[in-house]
Amino acid sequence: MTTTQSTEVPTKAALPPATSTGLRVQSAVIKYGFIFVTVTLFTYFALSEPSFRDSATLLDTLRYVSVAAILGLGVTLTMAVGGMDMSVGAVAGLGVTVAAKTMVTYNQVGVVAILAVVAAGALAGLLNALLIVVLKIPDMLATLGTMFVIQGTKLILVDGQSITPGMTQSDGTTAPGKFTDGFLRIDRGTVLGVPVSVLIFGALTVVAWVFLARTRWGRVLYAIGANPEASRLAGIRVGAYRALAYVLSGVLASIGGLILASRIGQGDVSAGTSQLLEAVAVALVGTSVLGRGRPNVWGTALGAVLIGIITTGLTIKGLPYYTQDVVEGAVLILALVFSFTLSKRRTA
Amino acid sequence: MSPTEPAPAVRPSEPIPAVGLRDVSMAFGGKTVLASVSLDIAAGSVVALLGANGAGKSTLIKILSGVHTDHGGEVRVNGSLAALQSPLAARQLGIQTVHQRIGEGIVPGLTVAENLVFEELAQARGNPFLNGRRLLARAREIQSALDLNWSDSVLRRDVTELGVSDRQLLILARALATRPRLLVLDEPTSALSAAEAKRLFALVERMRDDGIAVLYVSHRLGEIDALADRLVVLRDGLLTEDQARPFDWDSALRAMLAQAQEATAARPQRAGDQGEIALSLRGVPLFDGHPPQDLDIRAGEVTGVVGLLGAGKTELARGLFGAEPFPAGALELDGRPYAPRRPADAIRSGVHLVPEDRHADALVPGWSLAQNISLPFLRSLAPLSAAGLVNRSKEDALGRATIERLGVVARDEHSTVEELSGGNQQKVVVGRWLAERPRVLILDEPFRGVDIGARRDIGRRARALAAEGAAVLVLSADVDEVLEVADRVLVLTAGEIRLDAYGDDAERDRVIQSISASV
Repeated sequence: MTTTQSTEVPTKAALPPATSTGLRVQSAVIKYGFIFVTVTLFTYFALSEPSFRDSATLLDTLRYVSVAAILGLGVTLTMAVGGMDMSVGAVAGLGVTVAAKTMVTYNQVGVVAILAVVAAGALAGLLNALLIVVLKIPDMLATLGTMFVIQGTKLILVDGQSITPGMTQSDGTTAPGKFTDGFLRIDRGTVLGVPVSVLIFGALTVVAWVFLARTRWGRVLYAIGANPEASRLAGIRVGAYRALAYVLSGVLASIGGLILASRIGQGDVSAGTSQLLEAVAVALVGTSVLGRGRPNVWGTALGAVLIGIITTGLTIKGLPYYTQDVVEGAVLILALVFSFTLSKRRTA
Repeated sequence: MSPTEPAPAVRPSEPIPAVGLRDVSMAFGGKTVLASVSLDIAAGSVVALLGANGAGKSTLIKILSGVHTDHGGEVRVNGSLAALQSPLAARQLGIQTVHQRIGEGIVPGLTVAENLVFEELAQARGNPFLNGRRLLARAREIQSALDLNWSDSVLRRDVTELGVSDRQLLILARALATRPRLLVLDEPTSALSAAEAKRLFALVERMRDDGIAVLYVSHRLGEIDALADRLVVLRDGLLTEDQARPFDWDSALRAMLAQAQEATAARPQRAGDQGEIALSLRGVPLFDGHPPQDLDIRAGEVTGVVGLLGAGKTELARGLFGAEPFPAGALELDGRPYAPRRPADAIRSGVHLVPEDRHADALVPGWSLAQNISLPFLRSLAPLSAAGLVNRSKEDALGRATIERLGVVARDEHSTVEELSGGNQQKVVVGRWLAERPRVLILDEPFRGVDIGARRDIGRRARALAAEGAAVLVLSADVDEVLEVADRVLVLTAGEIRLDAYGDDAERDRVIQSISASV
């Protein structure tokens, strides 16, 4: 029993690999399962529907998801600090209205509109930061409140009407301006065949990834999300960083608003409303895509693409548009099963 | 309810143990954590379980409490084979476990009374409607049976208003209210001061006299010496020592630690002459409205502060670190005014704190060891980041250096902190603050829930740091822990410094006397 050759208690060098085959399979499922589902669906659609294979369809799909994806990046940042931004859809909608107001009512050029929209987004983010960081309102509730306030403000700004070029204004005059051609090119223009909005989505994804995964600022945001008190005692200005996350989320949402405004070509007062749930869904799907179990930029971007592929594919397959919400909801729940149910069993 | 089998033949002279383990084993992913453990715990006896961090104590406890169900071997309760398939099954078989993490045992938002009767509330049968008066009466019954002396107004308070020690007593009272056959106590005094621990010991002794079997897991040898009828030592998943009273401590400690180490370390030798004053406090009250204190903390030595819970120990540490600024008074660091308003100020000035609760206040869950170590210094340690980008190879190197320097037992610097045992987690937290050589290092209860080997390693690092010219402040409720590491010993009671002694003047008895004199 006490012979020296006994290997009952393995030494460090003799330790077998920490995971058995079963565990490895499970962790592979968690890590790549979602990507596998995407690739399978993609292949299926591509093989069965010739029109799905068309590169124009694919670019259109990316163009379609770019707004929700960019909003989702903002949500990802706030989720990294352990929060949530429910106001992104409203901020994007505010962006649409501000863009229209600047160009149509005040007859300004596109650049001014862009600056005004981004400023409005930053301001909305600051309002969220004030409520959450200074007044200590729980993030979900605070941003739900700002969502309503922003939507209401938007309506007051335009007297409850959508702004269209050439419309008759409340004082009887005709609106002097229009959406400039340059502004309209944000969504409708292409560079080397790729829509500008898709390029913006791609660029923002890379920038957000570098920021969140490679810089110390991103590292600090994650630390705050995982253990705020330990972060404070490590010398981190927790409040300032949380505020930063909400301001960046507001700015990203306003960029989504710019694309949306360019796409609609008028100041539609209902714009942005449907983007909220998609953005939150995309960010939540993103936590599971790479099996990280935490918000991450590539996950969010891939999640958006995945949802785009599914909805486009099913639309081509002839599924009516009104089934889209159910499909997206099912995808979200499947993603949540991956990130909570399966990964929990792994760590138990 | 429990699956039964005829009891094995026992000789009449040997009573059936309350709980018996036969060849119990457990492995995680191919790694053997418990090899083959056989242990009988007799009714009406206290069995102490000793073991270094990672020896398998927690696994054994989790098997007994029905958390780990896929173990090898068998568990018998009162002689019949028992299936501990869930925490509920374990409780129904009369095995109650009080876990080390107090936060996991209480339900915030409920009153003290509701927490006391929580297990009865949580049961499916019985009246589903709450009756405040009946509930309070039952809570009163439980607390009076254990002499907790909690008035009705205490019982009606939200449980979060209780201090740590009262929460611990509450959890214990709740476990005892079910009249268990075996009570497993995992480091029950780790958050208690000496006086509070005495209260707990009295309770444990009463339970034993009532015929309850107690498995007492602790790192504190003094407690075991006072309480236990028998001690067993677990090392690398095997029971290596089984002693009845009187205990042979040298043998027990040798069995517990890999190398033979003397039971009590010699008092440290002073490094040299008194160093210059690093940090001075003038007119600083530790609590609002308490008398202001003056204190000089010198460089080149380890200053130990002994204080019970509520003595102001943690307030002193957090005040110096700017985590909770002092209500009044003036501080100087190396002769210059020093008024940290937040931890960031203190860190910039070279004042670092290893906080009391490593899980709540220091570690980032899910992160690798290297990431946990670098967190405070991503900006200030120049090569760790350039233009905001984190240099991960430098970060890994820092992690490896810390593993090396403190002897952290880990796969590598990419291991997550959860993979480490408690003692090694603590080494990571201490090692983090050594990454940038601090001017003043404050260690608040650095040895809590840490085995003797890790305690020696951490103590050695603290002394080495002082020898290099830093001021080191070690705060603890355990007199021996402080005496083992400190050049100078302060005693803190009720926010006042009672004793301030160097070397031979700081004898154990004197320190204890000065604490008890002020009670």
